[in-house]
Amino acid sequence: MLEKKNHFKKVKDFTLNFGPQHPAAHGVLRLILEMKGEIISRADPHIGLLHRGTEKLIEYKNYTQALPYFDRLDYVSMMAQEHCYSLAVERLLNMKIPLRASYIRVIFSEITRILNHLLALTTHALDVGAMTPFLWAFEEREKLMEFYERVSGARMHASYIRPGGVSQDIPLGLLEDINLFILQFSSRIDEIEELLTNNRIWKQRLVDIGTISLEDGLNWGFSGVMLRGSGLNWDLRKKMSYEIAYENLDYKIPVGCVGDCYDRFLVRIEEMRQSISIIDQCINRIPLGFYKSVDNKIIPPSRGHMKHSMESLIHHFKLFTEGYSVPKGETYIGIEAPKGEFGVFLVSDNTNKPYRCSIKAPGFLHLQGLDFMSKNHMIADVVTIIGTQDIVFGEVDR
Amino acid sequence: MGLKNKNSMTNIKYIEIIIHQIPKYIQKIKIRNNEIVIKLKNPLYLNNVLYFLKNNSNMLYKSLIDITCVDNINKNKRFELSYNLISFKYNSRIRIIINVTVFDKVKTVTQIFASSCWLEREIWDLFGIYFEEHPDLRRILTDYGFEGYPLRKDFPLTGFLELRYNDEEKCVVYESLETSQGFRLFSFLSPWNQVNNLKNFIK
Repeated sequence: MLEKKNHFKKVKDFTLNFGPQHPAAHGVLRLILEMKGEIISRADPHIGLLHRGTEKLIEYKNYTQALPYFDRLDYVSMMAQEHCYSLAVERLLNMKIPLRASYIRVIFSEITRILNHLLALTTHALDVGAMTPFLWAFEEREKLMEFYERVSGARMHASYIRPGGVSQDIPLGLLEDINLFILQFSSRIDEIEELLTNNRIWKQRLVDIGTISLEDGLNWGFSGVMLRGSGLNWDLRKKMSYEIAYENLDYKIPVGCVGDCYDRFLVRIEEMRQSISIIDQCINRIPLGFYKSVDNKIIPPSRGHMKHSMESLIHHFKLFTEGYSVPKGETYIGIEAPKGEFGVFLVSDNTNKPYRCSIKAPGFLHLQGLDFMSKNHMIADVVTIIGTQDIVFGEVDR
Repeated sequence: MGLKNKNSMTNIKYIEIIIHQIPKYIQKIKIRNNEIVIKLKNPLYLNNVLYFLKNNSNMLYKSLIDITCVDNINKNKRFELSYNLISFKYNSRIRIIINVTVFDKVKTVTQIFASSCWLEREIWDLFGIYFEEHPDLRRILTDYGFEGYPLRKDFPLTGFLELRYNDEEKCVVYESLETSQGFRLFSFLSPWNQVNNLKNFIK
């Protein structure tokens, strides 16, 4: 038998490789964790495993063809990104869109926000150990994706919001069905909250984990929920309104006070409720009229027109072979995507292809903050922090 | 619409303050589409200007949200770096532009904005602009051991290498790219602006 005083332990620092194929990594994240026992001393994310060179590809496509790439960046909030790109092109073209199109955009932006938050919150819960909300949320997501499908024909990568408006008008009866959905949806949120909000385990895993002070949040360039969770009332929809319809709506911006993972959970829940309210107001206010702008040199004609008008046929052919030219200029547009500020910096050189399209992804800067957020936390908390950052690798790697 | 007018009013005030306080750094300043764009005379002034914009009580651009680069291949100072700042207090955006050549070094701004660490790594990775005194300048988005700077205009879209699983060696191998057909790029004259294009062509 060893005597106790002769027996001494030496704790050595070691490195742990987390991912790239790990279900809690939300995609392909490779994390090199330097650990002191079970405590993290440094986290070094290695990204780029999903790098597809979107920005380079866009330089070789015309403005119409570049749009679908934006669906595929953050593949859980598709329309928000199309929206951003469309706004950038519209600003360069100096184009105004009809009010109806603006309302349709807002309805679908908010549907997208719900779609994103449902996935973000419940996969977060799944990582932490609560499986049930995930199953419930995916049933709701299925309904929302059905709305996507009805309006554009595609369940996820919709390419619906396009420069000049939206690609087609909303079909008959869709607004009634969206209304039916939002009537029942707040009680679905209640169910998720019943299971999580006061749950002892959920709180033990989230409260005081990954706390971000406001100063840190600003310094590390955080945006969206990550910043609002730390108590800054900042929402681009309110502060730098980019869609006319947002200016007339009445909604509130939820703000956290501590800045931990639990606060951000509550903020996301409340944002979903606010989105319901926005959709409800939009459905009641949406005017009749055009769903896209009427500039024939940029907007493709409808099928019906093409059957009767030679001009329309020519326009259609030219628009879908070589596209339209955008006057020389550069612009940056940032929108409040569900994950934070998503931005497009577009440079045009008077041709039919963007000269440069730089994409500002919120997740990129959030993931950078993983190191300071997870410092001196236990290894299990890294999973919580990745979950709360709402990382999607499509946009981080671009 | 009323909101936008208010913004442009404050933007003009900003420009007045900036021109008044740091005149010697600025080459050009303009408001384009409701965003203030400042072009600096020299990349060396970058740190001073960013420090001023971050800490001046009239500015408080506390957050650096993006650094982007445009490769103007025909110009002598080829790369146009732009730093995108946001002021949460005064609800304003500003873009600082510097022009650098391929051989220039840019001083890092990680001491002023922590967020610039990865943003500068990305620029280094994709454009090959070197940032002096950067704490951790590794490649970030491309593969381990990647060569070249893919977002430069002289880098081909298809790249140079392709990956394949080699069944004999039982591993993934890199091979130089072989395509049965070269990459085709069609650039037509646009029929909508034919007059303009023709003028350019004659020039």
